[in-house]
Amino acid sequence: MSWITSFFSSSIGRKVIMSLTGLFLITFLIVHLIGNLQLIAGDGGEAFNQYAYFMTTNPLIKFVSIGLYAMIVLHAYQGLVIYFKNKSAKGGKPTAKNKADVKWASKNMALLGTLILFFLIVHMGDFWFKMKFTDTIPLVTYDGWEPIKNLYQQVTITFDNPLFVVSYVFSMVVLGFHLWHGFGSGFQTLGLNHSKYNGLIDGIGKFLAIVLPIGYAIIPLYYYFVMR
Amino acid sequence: MKLTLKVWRQKNSKAKGELESYQVEASEHMSFLEMMDVLNEQLIVEKKSPIAFDHDCREGICGSCSMTINGSPHGPQSGTTTCQLHMRKFKDGDTIVVEPWRSSVFPVIKDLTVDRGAFDRIIQSGGYISVNTGQAPDGNAIPIEKDLASNAFDAAACIGCGACVAACPNGSAMLFTAAKVSHLNQLPQGKVEQTRRTASMVAQMDKEGFGMCSNVGACEAECPKEISIEHIARMNREYVASIFGGRKS
Ligand code: HEM
Ligand code: SF4
Ligand code: FES
Repeated sequence: MSWITSFFSSSIGRKVIMSLTGLFLITFLIVHLIGNLQLIAGDGGEAFNQYAYFMTTNPLIKFVSIGLYAMIVLHAYQGLVIYFKNKSAKGGKPTAKNKADVKWASKNMALLGTLILFFLIVHMGDFWFKMKFTDTIPLVTYDGWEPIKNLYQQVTITFDNPLFVVSYVFSMVVLGFHLWHGFGSGFQTLGLNHSKYNGLIDGIGKFLAIVLPIGYAIIPLYYYFVMR
Repeated sequence: MKLTLKVWRQKNSKAKGELESYQVEASEHMSFLEMMDVLNEQLIVEKKSPIAFDHDCREGICGSCSMTINGSPHGPQSGTTTCQLHMRKFKDGDTIVVEPWRSSVFPVIKDLTVDRGAFDRIIQSGGYISVNTGQAPDGNAIPIEKDLASNAFDAAACIGCGACVAACPNGSAMLFTAAKVSHLNQLPQGKVEQTRRTASMVAQMDKEGFGMCSNVGACEAECPKEISIEHIARMNREYVASIFGGRKS
């Protein structure tokens, strides 16, 4: 078993964990966005509520989501460990600033990640916790269905608050920066670096870093300014 | 050309250290180290302690001349060591800040000299080939694919200067270690020990307390030998293989 501990506590092992969990979280972000876009389908939330019911009751999804929570915790924990270890390895910084042309995000992943973590806690408290562990969400009945929780209504109540909309959009900008560096970085960490494909990987990373946050941000903005 | 130099002065590894200002008159044909020599002669005449800095070959091959110039390890010219940097890269009247490598693994010995013993220990842990590989003709007798040979040669260009560590915001030594691993692992003489080499050099690198690579790329930008972070990717692959597969080839 010693190879496991030596791998997980080695520099490269820690980074491989960051990369695998981070890239997995990106696939989650894609799936989650497609589901959430049903919020602005304009059907009063029917499709979204049925989807939310499925996502919270289907045993397979339940199983996958436990993995997802573990990934978030592992990624955040490992990220912070890396941050503090790196800080002590660096010791002092040069008095004059280094002007090498590197991505700003690459030097601020821990700050960006911590902001995302705050967002996730608030976000899960607002929706996930209320949906799963409380009875505060009213029920709604659709043709041929037992009454199910009206998560759509819970979302719209939250989105009525302009402060929430602003903080949501801000968090998506933060996410965009995290992904701007994170996607390509994850591949490099895994050793997937080839002059032939680097351009493609970087391109996909930048595409996702722009499209995913915009996709998410559109939902509260569209609701607040158009649907309300 | 008249220059103002702000140089890091530190008596020993325990002292606090600070930047001190000096005026120096240099010619644009001088190398940066020659300009430092002029300043030191001036200090000796003034009965002040000269600035300690490492240098040896002064032709870009030994990796001694560790100076962070205006925040840039080895100064503003890319692909160039401090000893090969010429004063014509600066303008009359410039203020130049000169500091040692900054890393907690490279403690300052005095002024601009740092202790890079950690690199020696990484090399000792696996940066060698155990068998006798003969003379140059023996090397030439083994056919090696051009791509492999060029790639290993690019990695072999690393002079072990430590600029990558100084440039890295995380104080990571991955570029140096990867260059050595990549150089030896790709050639038939070194491939035999690939698994053990990769595992033990990475373990030593970690033990020394270097940081972890965030793929920032500052090392590659500042490296005087323009070693590519592609070698880091190769080391990562081989490290994972060495841990999980115990791959022998
Ligand atoms: C949906 C959320 C998130 C996604 C999709 C994501 C994705 C990624 C990816 C792909 C990487 C690159 C891994 C690598 O360099 O090999 C990364 C790095 C990083 N992430 Fe996240 N992340 C998320 C949330 C977080 C959170 C909550 C934290 C909390 C602190 C965090 C902290 C970090 C740090 C510190 C790094 C850089 C590690 C390093 O120095 O190399 N991330 N992230
Ligand atoms: S990789 Fe480049 S910067 Fe790092 S030690 Fe080798 S030559 Fe110096
Ligand atoms: S003195 Fe040898 S590389 Fe500069």
